[in-house]
Amino acid sequence: MQLKLAGITLAAVSVLAACASAPGGCAATGTVAIAAPVGGGTVVDAAGKAGTGGSAVGFIMVGPKDDYGYNQAVYAGSQAVKAAFPDLQVLTAENVPEDDNAARVMEDMIRKGAKVLFATSYGHLDAAKKVAAAHPDVVVVEQGNSVTGAMPPNLGTYFGTVYEPMYLAGIAAGKATTSHKLGYVYAFPITQTIDNIDAFELGARSVDPQATTYVVNTSSWCDPAKQAQATKSLLSEGVDVITQHQDCTATVIKTAEAAGAHVVGYHSDASALAPNGWLTGAVWDWAPLYTDIVRTATAGQFTGSKYNANYRVGYKTGTNPFVMAPYGSSVSQETKDLIAAAQLRLATPDGSPFLGPVTDQDGTVRISAGTVPDYATIEAITYFVQGVVGKLPSS
Amino acid sequence: MTSLLVDVAAGAVAGGTSIMYAGLGETISERAGIINLGTEGCMLAGALGGYAIAARTGTPWAGVVAGGLAGAALALVHGVLVINRKANQFASGFTVLFLALGLTSLWGVHYVGATIHALHPWRVPGLGSIPGLGPVFFRHDPLTYASFVAAPVIWWVLDRTRVGLLLRTAGERPEALEVNGYRVAPVQYAAVAAGGALAGLGGAQLSLAVANAWFENMVAGRGFIAVALVIFAAWHPMRVMAGSYLFGAALALGPALQARGHGVNQFALDVIPYVLTLLVLAALGRRTLQAAPDGLKRVFDSARVA
Repeated sequence: MQLKLAGITLAAVSVLAACASAPGGCAATGTVAIAAPVGGGTVVDAAGKAGTGGSAVGFIMVGPKDDYGYNQAVYAGSQAVKAAFPDLQVLTAENVPEDDNAARVMEDMIRKGAKVLFATSYGHLDAAKKVAAAHPDVVVVEQGNSVTGAMPPNLGTYFGTVYEPMYLAGIAAGKATTSHKLGYVYAFPITQTIDNIDAFELGARSVDPQATTYVVNTSSWCDPAKQAQATKSLLSEGVDVITQHQDCTATVIKTAEAAGAHVVGYHSDASALAPNGWLTGAVWDWAPLYTDIVRTATAGQFTGSKYNANYRVGYKTGTNPFVMAPYGSSVSQETKDLIAAAQLRLATPDGSPFLGPVTDQDGTVRISAGTVPDYATIEAITYFVQGVVGKLPSS
Repeated sequence: MTSLLVDVAAGAVAGGTSIMYAGLGETISERAGIINLGTEGCMLAGALGGYAIAARTGTPWAGVVAGGLAGAALALVHGVLVINRKANQFASGFTVLFLALGLTSLWGVHYVGATIHALHPWRVPGLGSIPGLGPVFFRHDPLTYASFVAAPVIWWVLDRTRVGLLLRTAGERPEALEVNGYRVAPVQYAAVAAGGALAGLGGAQLSLAVANAWFENMVAGRGFIAVALVIFAAWHPMRVMAGSYLFGAALALGPALQARGHGVNQFALDVIPYVLTLLVLAALGRRTLQAAPDGLKRVFDSARVA
């Protein structure tokens, strides 16, 4: 036991040393999996008590808890925490703006006994930093953004890798298409969307070398009439599988279903809207990650843990909040087996949807053969891969 | 596979219809001397009212009726404020808009994700198979077919009937109505209600036929395009019809080009309706303003003084 502790301490010290010498501090070390002592001593003594002794856990959301999308998934995750920790009160606040109001709501939750806070929108980061600085005894984690520079001992960010399930969905699409044309209705050319589109095409291409993905953007997260027009334009070009990155998803799915096309969903399982065309999709499940963060924090082990960083999860690390939606009836056993095999491959150290060589639309090799890009590299991709038809909107 | 021209033209009719309904309604209202900047709100009320009733009753036609009634009811709130209480028309219009934005977001939550029997496209036998014309005009939902006759009928009523004369006189020379023993207010109420009902139908066409869904703020500015369209069309129903297809084409051009692999800036395309309206105003200037009903000129003038 004593030996083991010493080993952990050694490992932690070496991690700290690595942090000190790495440019940008500890922020990029997302895989530190053990408690790091601060100033020597045993793990238990040095773990710090941030996150312990509270009677509640708080969640702030930027939108309504029943939006059939992002915020509903957060709410569902918070209710899973409630079920897993019956002794803790779970506080939730909807429609919290991305400004100082967020800090005010979190302060209020702290007064009500919360020692662990989830700030679940990209724009909640500044408020999360502020609250974490004012309350060293409270653990604050933010969803989707990342901290540059040194990470305070009671702060962290986390997110999943949605492009992995989109890659797998691309396999389903590649097996389903007969025209070799897939369609993607997206909102804005942000990197998360570009990753999804590229991964979808790469997945399709892995099973159908002729597969192409046609893209149309709507310049809006939710304009159903524009979505309908975009879908119709894609269908009129011969596309027979449609997917999307939109906040509201029903219109694209219903329009494709009415035209007899296949559908890959996003955000939620909408198979009921497309009984004939539904293939699969990427949906949210925050329960395992939220529960583990709360378990780590309330045990006093947050500081120095993998969550005390810009934590990103995929199939490699498990607890990816993005999972595959149930398969539609038209998906064959062969396709399901291909997808299962691909998911296992993604979980290996060399597995990535963006495993090189990755070539862009102009034929330039962007990721060399055999290279496994890290999360930061993938989150910085700003080009469409070969096989995507369409250009990024000019600005 | 379909040619770009056919794709854009079919999209112009599909996307322009809701704008046409709202624009026709606003034309009626403005010809009677009442400008309703809350048209966007009337469309939202129609979109939600229509979707909610279609979801509850299981029939889209009940939704169509409800959408029209919801739009009319909201427009009458504006009517009471500006006709009875003599409130500033611009201020009242915006108030009604924000009221509708708030209430539809609040009540609409229950209907996000609800499913309905939509107003599905119906292919006109024979005509629907004509190359080019078929997909553009004859493969639409019933409300789109109704809009084909709505514009000429409204033109005929406004220009050629006694009802139209009364309505136009209310907008141009209200004192002349009084002299002849008519009361102005009921005529204006009727015009405002009809305008709101048509905007509501436009909203219902969006949720029941085009989108087959309800989401908060789903009208997304089409009501403002409609108000701009009325000025663009110089208060003439047939020109409203043509203009709505022009604006619809601007909305359809982006997706059609992108689906063929061309890069476009959707933001630039989205401002086309407003740029066209500005150009028309700049080119016609005085002539456009002279086409405005006299009653409206008073609204603009009083706004300038205030």
